Amino acid sequence: MHFLSAWILVLTGLVYVAIGILTHHFREHLLPNKTQLRWNAIRQVVSDHVHLKRPPKEDAVSYNLLQRVGYLAVIFGLVPLMIWTGLAMSPGFTSVFPAVAGTLGGDQAARTIHFFVAVSLVVFLIIHIAMVWLAGFKHRVVTMITGRTASGTDYP
Amino acid sequence: MAAGASGIAVAARLANRYGLIPPDNSGVFGIGETLTYAAQRILMSHHSLAREFGRSEISKVAPVNGDPPETEAYQRLLHSGFADWRLSVDGLVARPSSFTLEELKRLPSRTQITLHACEMGWSFIAEWTGVPLNYLLSSVGILPKARYVVFFPLDPWWESIDMADALHPQMLLAYTMNGEELPAPHGAPLRLRLPRQIGYKNVKYLSHIKVVEAVKNIGKGVGGANVEDGYAWYAGI
Repeated sequence: MHFLSAWILVLTGLVYVAIGILTHHFREHLLPNKTQLRWNAIRQVVSDHVHLKRPPKEDAVSYNLLQRVGYLAVIFGLVPLMIWTGLAMSPGFTSVFPAVAGTLGGDQAARTIHFFVAVSLVVFLIIHIAMVWLAGFKHRVVTMITGRTASGTDYP
Repeated sequence: MAAGASGIAVAARLANRYGLIPPDNSGVFGIGETLTYAAQRILMSHHSLAREFGRSEISKVAPVNGDPPETEAYQRLLHSGFADWRLSVDGLVARPSSFTLEELKRLPSRTQITLHACEMGWSFIAEWTGVPLNYLLSSVGILPKARYVVFFPLDPWWESIDMADALHPQMLLAYTMNGEELPAPHGAPLRLRLPRQIGYKNVKYLSHIKVVEAVKNIGKGVGGANVEDGYAWYAGI
């Protein structure tokens, strides 16, 4: 089960990242833009989240700064680290590529990191679902799946 | 549709011919097992070696999982220093033979300091000395149809590996650990050391080695007692 899931993660993940790069999805929609990186904007978005302020429906058209940073951290940080530390515990794989475990400090270091990354991903999942719920579950899930907002505007 | 099906059939036949299909390939989980086994066999086609460590890296504690057989027969062998113990080697070999512990110790040996990692999460580094399985098998003559080597210990357990692992230079039938006679909990008198797979493939208390063409007629036909309990047959992980 664990290793079948790992294959599904790796194979679908590769397709997702390839499409994300080819369609400029990551660059256009996930990299924070200049307006979002202004101090006022950062303070505003953090304060809105801290106060659990419901975002307006039009907000679903684009990702806010915290979403972008969170998604980038998961896509290019946690998931690759999960795969890397997983492979570092494989005696077969490390016999071919010893550096995969060596750079982490061995199989037990890899196991510890693997565990903490797993916990981080579960925490991300819980917060993510809680935020979707807060922002209007049905509307947001429809937007997520179809790429269209309720007002009919296409995702830019 | 037909083209797709025949494409899959051709791919399966090719994969089987090159030894990329494990015995536990059936069912949904079999897809994952087959992908892992095939991917690692392709990556390892240049006979990669597991990492070997220095003497200073040997672990102070060497955990074990499971007790030695409590049978009277095993206890008797243990107390007599395994004088009456024999390792029998048969199946698809030219000269079925059996060896005493003393005879095995007189054969060429290899000493290696490697990591033993259990799927439960613990691991340790130790030094093992033993007869390379490839030496033992070539001395009894492997017949061309051989594809798997099956190991039967003194308890009702069994495991099997493919020829790529059986002939791998680090694949030992180990009789010493850290310079001393192999302790009973670590598998006396003889255990497998297969550092490219995790702990549970390293059968302890060995007594019988059988070379076969297929494992489908042994037990439930999936290649090992562990596999029948739901573990992966190929544990390069």
